[in-house]
Amino acid sequence: MVLTEIDNRLISEIQGGLPLVSHPYAEIASRIGISEQEVIERIAAMQEQGVIKRMGIVVRHHELGYTANAMVVWNVPEERLEEVGNKIGSKSCVTLCYQRPRRLPDWPYNLFCMIHGQKRDKVLNFIETMVKDEGLEDIPHKVLFSGKRFKQRGARYQ
Amino acid sequence: MDSIDRAIINQLQGGFPICEHPYQVMADQFGITESDLIQRLEQMLEKKQLSRFGPMYHAERLGGGLSLCAMSIPDDEFDHVVDQVNSFPEVAHNYARDHELNMWFVLATETPERIDSVLEEIEQATGYQVYNMPKQHEFYVGLKFEV
Repeated sequence: MVLTEIDNRLISEIQGGLPLVSHPYAEIASRIGISEQEVIERIAAMQEQGVIKRMGIVVRHHELGYTANAMVVWNVPEERLEEVGNKIGSKSCVTLCYQRPRRLPDWPYNLFCMIHGQKRDKVLNFIETMVKDEGLEDIPHKVLFSGKRFKQRGARYQ
Repeated sequence: MDSIDRAIINQLQGGFPICEHPYQVMADQFGITESDLIQRLEQMLEKKQLSRFGPMYHAERLGGGLSLCAMSIPDDEFDHVVDQVNSFPEVAHNYARDHELNMWFVLATETPERIDSVLEEIEQATGYQVYNMPKQHEFYVGLKFEV
């Protein structure tokens, strides 16, 4: 999708958040000097094209009680990546599942998934069950719980 | 937090209407008034239960760069280095994790090319190596938290 000058101004204008007023898109429109209808059409088009993944809320999971946040990393042979990635990605507690490059010799893991839970022991139980149920016993993995969070914000765009 | 707040959080992680009065549309679904919905959202933002209310952009489709990076920092240097790393505006979030690689952060830059130069700047500022692990394939992304 080719973004127009107006799109870029919209992207920058709404990145801090939608106005909490009855007609939020009209308010944005008046800030940048176009019509409400145009704002609605451009935002809808950007969402359709996937430039905007979605509108809505992003929670601070820690504040909502999801304090056990595990990044589970797996060293998967290339020929099993597709199968294992899809199996892990389909689990209900898994919130993300990505392939990333190994950094040998220090880092042999090439599949990353995130599991957010309220208690560490529950997250560990879930991982153990997943390994058994999906036949992943021979795939080396490591669980990296998060400690302190130093920063959480979305990316910023001009 | 009552059951309506929970319904709002669960529902609005899945999307928000793009129409003339979107709050009214959602408020009708929750059986509350538009001003009640707006007030509840204001409160959740104020209490920092929400980090944002608005668009989630697709960094790569916006023409930006995105990567997950890790560093291995000795304990007694950690606080100092975390401040150095977080002083870069491109660092979106940063977590300590229990591993030899103990600092994990996400870099979001305006162009893909900027990733490498920011990494170099971080290495120069801190004196430690940065491991760059950009996404190669997405098997699943559904980041959503039920409350």
